[in-house]
Amino acid sequence: MSPSILFVLIVALSVLAFQLGKTRAIAMVGGQRRIRDLHSLPGHYGLLTAMWCGLPALVVFLTWVLLQDAVITRLVIAQLPAASQALPDAQLGLLLNDLRNVVAGDVPPEMVAPETRVAAAQYAQSRDIAELALTAIVISIGIVGMLWVRAKIRPDLRARNSYERVIEILLFGCSAVAVFTTLGIVLSIVFEAFRFFSIVPVTEFVFGTNWSPQMAIRADQVGSSGAFGAVPLFAGTLLISFIAMIVAVPIGLFSAIYLAEYAPIKVRKYVKPLLEVLAGVPTVVYGFFAVTTVGPALRVAGEAMGLPVAGESALAAGLVMGIMIIPFVSSLSDDMITAVPQSLRDGAYALGATRSETIRQVVLRAALPGVVGGVLLAISRAIGETMIVVMAAGLSANLTANPLEAVTTVTVQIVTLLVGDQEFDSPKTLAAFALGLILFLVTLLLNVIALYVVRKYREQYE
Amino acid sequence: MNQTAIIKPVPEGTRTIGDVTVPEPVFSCRDVDVFYGDKHAIKKVNIDIGRKQVLAMIGPSGCGKSTFLRCLNRMNDTIVGARVEGLIELDGQDIHEKRQDVVQLRARVGMVFQKPNPFPKSIYENVAYGPRIHGLAGDRAELDEIVNLSLRRAGLWEEVKDRLNQPGTSLSGGQQQRLCIARAIAVNPEVILMDEPCSALDPIATARIEDLIDELRESYAICIVTHSMQQAARVSQRTAYFHLGDLIEVGETNKIFTNPQAKLTEDYITGRFG
Repeated sequence: MSPSILFVLIVALSVLAFQLGKTRAIAMVGGQRRIRDLHSLPGHYGLLTAMWCGLPALVVFLTWVLLQDAVITRLVIAQLPAASQALPDAQLGLLLNDLRNVVAGDVPPEMVAPETRVAAAQYAQSRDIAELALTAIVISIGIVGMLWVRAKIRPDLRARNSYERVIEILLFGCSAVAVFTTLGIVLSIVFEAFRFFSIVPVTEFVFGTNWSPQMAIRADQVGSSGAFGAVPLFAGTLLISFIAMIVAVPIGLFSAIYLAEYAPIKVRKYVKPLLEVLAGVPTVVYGFFAVTTVGPALRVAGEAMGLPVAGESALAAGLVMGIMIIPFVSSLSDDMITAVPQSLRDGAYALGATRSETIRQVVLRAALPGVVGGVLLAISRAIGETMIVVMAAGLSANLTANPLEAVTTVTVQIVTLLVGDQEFDSPKTLAAFALGLILFLVTLLLNVIALYVVRKYREQYE
Repeated sequence: MNQTAIIKPVPEGTRTIGDVTVPEPVFSCRDVDVFYGDKHAIKKVNIDIGRKQVLAMIGPSGCGKSTFLRCLNRMNDTIVGARVEGLIELDGQDIHEKRQDVVQLRARVGMVFQKPNPFPKSIYENVAYGPRIHGLAGDRAELDEIVNLSLRRAGLWEEVKDRLNQPGTSLSGGQQQRLCIARAIAVNPEVILMDEPCSALDPIATARIEDLIDELRESYAICIVTHSMQQAARVSQRTAYFHLGDLIEVGETNKIFTNPQAKLTEDYITGRFG
């Protein structure tokens, strides 16, 4: 039986178990009218039965399906002729590929070597046996579980408590998925980054001012020695983020103040969602806006003023990124300003403070930690932003503070290092992981600080 | 304008029982109506508020006493959809007049709220805030003097003199409320409005505030909204009883509590409702 049909069968069996448990519980106390004699609602007994029927069966089912292929493959390899078993891993892999293609029917059996054909037949046979066994095992587990709980149902069985305990474990499992994924990402970056640092010293990477990540394919190649000084990249990232924040912080904060304190309800109702639309624009759209509109416009303006503006400039990328980040600043600041209790405003008004005095000296003062938190989140967003800078900032690793020149950023370099054919043992590729690690650490730090600040502020008014 | 000794006539048809007028009032209100949208919250209220005395406003919840209090320093301006009609005069000047600046009005009429609401600043800065925005102090020494004096008059100086730089929110509830009173008197107002100033405080802190109100009466006119009839009886010289937006009865506190004229007042203070 194919796994998908089996899965449907397990679910159907669980539904049956639910009915069985429920009716059994009602029957134990002698009818629907006496269900108050039960410790829990009849449905809880049903759910408990269904869970003991379905969950163990599902667990076995999933582990089996995950492991089946590996186990069968190993069995098949063990039965191959000794000559084939002695093949190097790469060729053995090719052989197994052929084998799977034959089993799947993608390749006619006549086209492969005879011993592969035999092995394919074995593989198919083992698989059929395995599926049959799985069906038998899973269904018996389900039935045993169902009957076991059904036999245990008594009026004083604490079905609700057991059921809720299982739900709690399920919820915990779901949150653990996110945590473990993060952990996995971090570990994968860390390991690759360490491989990089074993080739290129950390000090060169962190303090070097020359970035030119080429690796020679032939020893006599021009420019054969790579340079991995990441300072120009971090400088470029900081420059662009700085420009972005110069745009986003005042505009975002002032629009938040307008929306929270001055705007009539009607205006607020329409302007706030419109402002938040900015956050929904795909970054690639911002990217070509920067390249096709803002970049050329800046160059023309620069020429008019006699300034040399590069076609791809830090300024263009930073300006557009700033616009993208406005809603991050404005939305969070707006929330924080709105969260300042009206009683504080009343207190200031009652002392004869004007509206602007109240906002500047009382409301913003109270909302400041939250606003700072929002700005920090926006900065970490700016540092990690990729698409706009890939398109608009350029690729040359200039170490410069001049916003009119092209610069490159950490994220841009990660993209260029990893696009195309890779070999994962060259420092050129591994450098991407080192850059990623540093980027990750910086944004993580900013996020932690921001969350800490925001939380501290929230406690103050609850 | 000769404002003293003139008793502003009360319009015909007022239903309020008792002594609506006082000689040399600081506030006189005639036919004051307040609307929140369609709701008629205050109906044709006529009352004078005397100098150097405490007026207590009592009545069941939702009777409009807080609303009326907030008319006196135009705090209702900040509420969307609120509309005030009628005449309210402070020292003979209409507070709704065009050239009356609401900022100056509020500097003359201070307010203390139900829940202590110190600013997220230091104790010193809380008190110094009003004098600063109104430019009352020429230099730092003068400001120090104002802060010191205000905290003393609010009976808080001894408790906070060593920690003026700590945040105002670090104080206890009763101390915070006295800080708010210090903040209000720092701008040297003529009238102090108090909107249930003790309802968030424990009995000991309440007693301190009541003592304080009694001392402040020597310098200011005070209007206090309270839910506690004992408090009204303890701190006030005049009492006004509001019921569903009407001012039912006003008069000397001991007369109101011992010999109320209106049936509604009697029912309320004897605890038959409210």
